[in-house]
Amino acid sequence: MLVVERLARPGMPKVGFRLKDGACLAVMGPSGSGKTLLFRALADLDPSDGRVTLDGVSMDDVPAPEWRRRMAYVPAEPGWWAATPAAHFANWDHTGPLAESLLLPREIGSAPIARLSTGERQRLALMRALMGKPRVFLLDEPTGPLDAAATSAVEAVLRERLAGGASILLATHDEAQAGRMATRTLQFAEGRAMETAI
Amino acid sequence: MNFIALGYADLALASSLVLLNAGLSLYLALGLERMFLIAALRMAVQLTLVGLVLRVLFAVAAPVWTLLAALLMVLFAGREVMARQERRFAGLWGYGLGTTVMLTAALLVTVFALTTQIRPDPWYDPRYAIPILGMILGNTMTGVALGLHALTTGAVRERAAIEGQLALGATRREALRATVRGALRMALIPIVNSMSATGLVALPGMMTGQILAGVDPIEAVKYQLLISLLIAGGTGIGALAAVSAGAWRLCDSRHRLRLDRLH
Repeated sequence: MLVVERLARPGMPKVGFRLKDGACLAVMGPSGSGKTLLFRALADLDPSDGRVTLDGVSMDDVPAPEWRRRMAYVPAEPGWWAATPAAHFANWDHTGPLAESLLLPREIGSAPIARLSTGERQRLALMRALMGKPRVFLLDEPTGPLDAAATSAVEAVLRERLAGGASILLATHDEAQAGRMATRTLQFAEGRAMETAI
Repeated sequence: MNFIALGYADLALASSLVLLNAGLSLYLALGLERMFLIAALRMAVQLTLVGLVLRVLFAVAAPVWTLLAALLMVLFAGREVMARQERRFAGLWGYGLGTTVMLTAALLVTVFALTTQIRPDPWYDPRYAIPILGMILGNTMTGVALGLHALTTGAVRERAAIEGQLALGATRREALRATVRGALRMALIPIVNSMSATGLVALPGMMTGQILAGVDPIEAVKYQLLISLLIAGGTGIGALAAVSAGAWRLCDSRHRLRLDRLH
């Protein structure tokens, strides 16, 4: 279980919530309301105040790289540091079934990053995070640039992980998607963050 | 030594070339004459002053004054390094990082050369210490400035890539490796190029100077080799220290990329 208490940082309303294993919390609100800042704080990529514990272990008691392997953050615009997608994976050959269920063709591994579509890059970044088998996913608009078929493929893969006990924070502008994936929302509006049932 | 002393009329004659260029710029409406003349004038004033200072320094030959002059040179170099940064570190780090690194690298290499290879008597004789420090410092300054510039602009440009690796559980060292490597390569390119091309494309200034002053070419070459090796060593040490310290400052103990520490 992920427990967030009085999490605060400049530019973001104070946030507190509990996320059970296998649950998905939809994070909603207008652009610039603090959703990305929340994810970055939870991944410990930016300093913040408050208390975050995962399975009873506080964020500050875990080395940051280890914490981030448990809390996988996938930003809306993922970064790339090598020439091809395959080079971003410990072992590209192990990605076969997952790539297939995300509708990514096999040969994409050796394509130049610059030649890929935004949607392909988004799914590759998600796959990068999925390979690490984290406890919690922090997904910032994972299906934003995707068409309907790819979106339902991604949702299916995520549902599988929820069934396996992982939990998900899902930032989305799509109310229908929030309804499909989550049972509760964290709504950012007017300088406040409110948790409500869907 | 049998060298040909210059008169002021000789310099005036040479300055006619600069005036010619300024005239051409005026005639062609290039708008460069002001910049050109001011730079030439600055050079004349600065070099004359340096000449006077050096004459006094050499005459006095007191360690305190030599050390003071050396410190002043390092402080000026530190300012120059900072001025060349597009994104500099906030606070004391902005000026302190480059200056500390150069102070350490240039002084270390200079003292090493004076006490073990050139060995003037006394070893801190300003006639040797100041020019050698100047040559090492000038090149170390370029290396440190280029390295820091490449590091900070690289980290800003590659932010998504660096944080992407951090988010997957990479350590700060792993995430910054490519940026650090690029910065060091940038810092060392000038000295590597200059060592590779020296003698073929251009004769180094110091060697040429010694030859003009009547020194046997082989002896001048030996001196030049020594200086070039010292410069390479100083630049390498300085750039490595500056880029490592800069990379350390760009991250915190929680392995976060802290671009907020840059201006």
